[in-house]
Amino acid sequence: MSDSAGTAPHYTRPLLPTPFHERARALSQVDSFVPWAGYTTVDVFTNAGQEYFAIRNACSVYDLTPMVKYRIAGPDAGRYLNRLVTRDLRKLRVNRVSYCVWCNDAGNIIDDGTVFRLGETEYRLCTAERQLDWLLDSAIGFDVQLSEVTEEIAALALQGPTSCAVLKKLGVTGIERLKPFEFSCFDATGMRLMISRTGFTGDLGYELWADPRQANQLWDALMTAGRSRGIRAIGSRALNMARIEAGFLMPNIDFVSAEGTVRVGTSRSPLELGLGWLVDFDKGHFTGRRALQEQMRQGLQRQLIGLDIAGNKPAANALLYADRKGQREIGSVTSAMWSPTCKRNIALAMVDAPHFAMGTTMWAEVYLSRELVWERRMCKAQVVDKPFFAPERRRVTPPGDF
Amino acid sequence: MTRESEQYDAIVIGAGHNGLVAACYLARAGLSVQVLERNPHIGGAAVSRQLYQNFTYSNCSYVCSLLRPEIMRTLELPRFGLQIIPYDGGCTMMQGGGHLALYDNHDALRREIARHSKRDAEAYDRFARDMIRQCKFIKPLLMREPPDPTSFKPRDIRELLYLGGHFNRLGEERMYDTLRFWTMSIADFLDEYFESEIVKAHMAGSAIIGTALGPRSPGTAYVLLHHYMGDIDDTVGAWGFARGGMGAVTKALAASLQASGGTIRASAPVERILVRNGRSVGVALADGEEIKARLVLSNMDVKRTFLETVEASELSGDFLRRVRNFKIRGSSGKLNIALDGLPTFPAIPAGSPSTRGDMHVTDTIEMMERAYDDWKDGAWSRAPYIDMLIPSQIDPTMAPDGKHYMSVFVQYCPYQLASGPWDAAKRQAFGDTVIDTIARHSPDFKSLILHAEVRTPFDLENEVGLTEGNIFQGELTFDQLLFNRPIPGCAQYRTPLRGLYLCGSTTHPGGGVMGAPGANAARAVLRDLRLAAT
Repeated sequence: MSDSAGTAPHYTRPLLPTPFHERARALSQVDSFVPWAGYTTVDVFTNAGQEYFAIRNACSVYDLTPMVKYRIAGPDAGRYLNRLVTRDLRKLRVNRVSYCVWCNDAGNIIDDGTVFRLGETEYRLCTAERQLDWLLDSAIGFDVQLSEVTEEIAALALQGPTSCAVLKKLGVTGIERLKPFEFSCFDATGMRLMISRTGFTGDLGYELWADPRQANQLWDALMTAGRSRGIRAIGSRALNMARIEAGFLMPNIDFVSAEGTVRVGTSRSPLELGLGWLVDFDKGHFTGRRALQEQMRQGLQRQLIGLDIAGNKPAANALLYADRKGQREIGSVTSAMWSPTCKRNIALAMVDAPHFAMGTTMWAEVYLSRELVWERRMCKAQVVDKPFFAPERRRVTPPGDF
Repeated sequence: MTRESEQYDAIVIGAGHNGLVAACYLARAGLSVQVLERNPHIGGAAVSRQLYQNFTYSNCSYVCSLLRPEIMRTLELPRFGLQIIPYDGGCTMMQGGGHLALYDNHDALRREIARHSKRDAEAYDRFARDMIRQCKFIKPLLMREPPDPTSFKPRDIRELLYLGGHFNRLGEERMYDTLRFWTMSIADFLDEYFESEIVKAHMAGSAIIGTALGPRSPGTAYVLLHHYMGDIDDTVGAWGFARGGMGAVTKALAASLQASGGTIRASAPVERILVRNGRSVGVALADGEEIKARLVLSNMDVKRTFLETVEASELSGDFLRRVRNFKIRGSSGKLNIALDGLPTFPAIPAGSPSTRGDMHVTDTIEMMERAYDDWKDGAWSRAPYIDMLIPSQIDPTMAPDGKHYMSVFVQYCPYQLASGPWDAAKRQAFGDTVIDTIARHSPDFKSLILHAEVRTPFDLENEVGLTEGNIFQGELTFDQLLFNRPIPGCAQYRTPLRGLYLCGSTTHPGGGVMGAPGANAARAVLRDLRLAAT
């Protein structure tokens, strides 16, 4: 297949190739690509199940470049970010990363992302969706410079139990000392790499940030170093399985950005999404604070919870009922899968009060196709703890050589 | 139901789209309906005519979006041949040779706008979101009779409660937005989203089309919304071509009407609406023939209906004063051009589909405002805003193979020139101004012209019957909307004369080939007759 994505104009080829596109295309066996934030990315290379096990059993490489990246710098950069997000960023030290959400005035989530503190007055914000309009408007009254740097940085996620070993083999000296949510710059095989111990899999893993001109070199070096440690390129589908097990939320799947909603009542607050631990009312003012405090006072009307569902059929998009007859609707499933690692049928679901309490049982309306003969099943479901899978190795420093 | 002296249950004056929609609904409810059209052809401002060889022109209205889907469905218009094909693309060519294109694909569009401003590329999503939010509010009001807030009739109170409840569901912030939206100028409105001049100029176009206001005039933001509140197959804000030109809309309506037993008479100009004891009893044609009917629906605008077709002695002075004060200033012209081939536009890169949509050459709000200044001075714009499309690229029925039909909507062009009455030479000069404007962006354009129909607001009044040539049958400003359209106390399709109804765009919710005024008027008639609508 010829590839002119790099040079073709946007009106004939709207999606951009990432710096790793050439390598990814060469490895793609099933030609399954999906758009992500303006780039074409791999959904499945060969087999999503096999790719998933690379994450949980060995080591996976995922092209993270489309993640939207902003450089935020200037004397007020710290104050600006601290007012933007719900978490207390005053405590974020240089070379540390923080997972954050930010809200509108009504306390509803606009997006989530990670904040990297690159220096005393310089930060990087990584988000799944574009935010420039909101971020610039939020800069009123702050002395900050804001620019999108997505195209200037190539990024790969290296996730899985052997990821640290692979990096060591690559020659990244001292990588084993990197703690979760810490990052540092390394020189390895002639490349300057920024590596953070972060990821979207809930497993031991790293994210590598490089110069796009060295993309091929980095990819090749990683693949070579990881060959004996089961390294494998993975697509979005496998990653999505891992993130559900880890209980991580996906924008436009588990929630819709409050900036994008057109209907009343479809936006969600961090409290409703079960992200109350990210909201710090003691840090001073932040956008959405008043509304969230009010929501705390009044109590939540709904909440995103984890479900363990009877049977083995994923309850994707299932409506949830308080009763088996399906007369009292109480919510719906946002993400669902059979977890190959937990051997459980799991789901994330938005459920009305009071049904989101731990241990509550409910019924999921699941439609099954038996060779195109459709059946409706009411499957018993129970509210359980998230994450569904949280191995100790994700936190241990130095990581063991699995 | 028809009394002995009456030939029909209802006469509809004017075979425009709204007249035909109203007639269809009445015929389907079992009424005998006669539509009278003064021209030899039907269609009003939704008409397709062949004026040059095998070229078909959409002589007046030229694109379709607002035609209510429930009308198309109920009246079975697809069965009677109506097909609406959405187009993508659209562009504004800049004075210096650059351009801004609009693309359907979200990523292509973002990258296109980002060429001019990275921020605007993302602000566009916020803009589109706010437009959809407001459209969601307005849409359910389109097919309803606007309640009279001064009335205590159960129906008005019920409708006001509906309106209030609906407004309430918007959420606080959006209520504020709605009021701002309905009153702001499009220039101020767009400044809240965009920084790039070209992006603002492109977006502002729909806010001045057909409107005797400039982009800095308050009230123009609503006109933009008016153009966004349609949809094609649930794509909000999408516009398309009626296959066979806009006449296909009225052609399908006429066929639907005839299938339900209604009849249409062309070349039957109504001279007078006959009134006895405060009640309309029929019409008199120009040749003196009288046709009696229990009901008369006028698809003419409110001024033409009451100032020219009803005896003044039958109406009160106060009423006629309000009718006279109705704003219906003409501000638009139209060129229909037969082309020997597809013109080239060097500013648009080869392979870009943007020339398949609406093309423009006004690249700043300032330029648009200057074009309006000329109109205020009683002249056509020296550098007019044009909305130019080549439908034959998409609809193969519009022109012979390899040849093309171009529709050019022109803003601004006055109904009355400061230099004296319109004549053939002035019309020619107006046409030349527009052709020169296009030629500045297309070097081969002039050499391809085979024939051009040039229409000024004066022509639109004379040929189509729109007072002052106003394409919306009355300006779409907040003072003339909802329960004030066309005039207070006469906003529910009924008039001071019993049995006489208004059913044209002069009534709520206004113009744009929506069909809603006709459908709403028919519903009002049937309610008064205590008959159920289909």
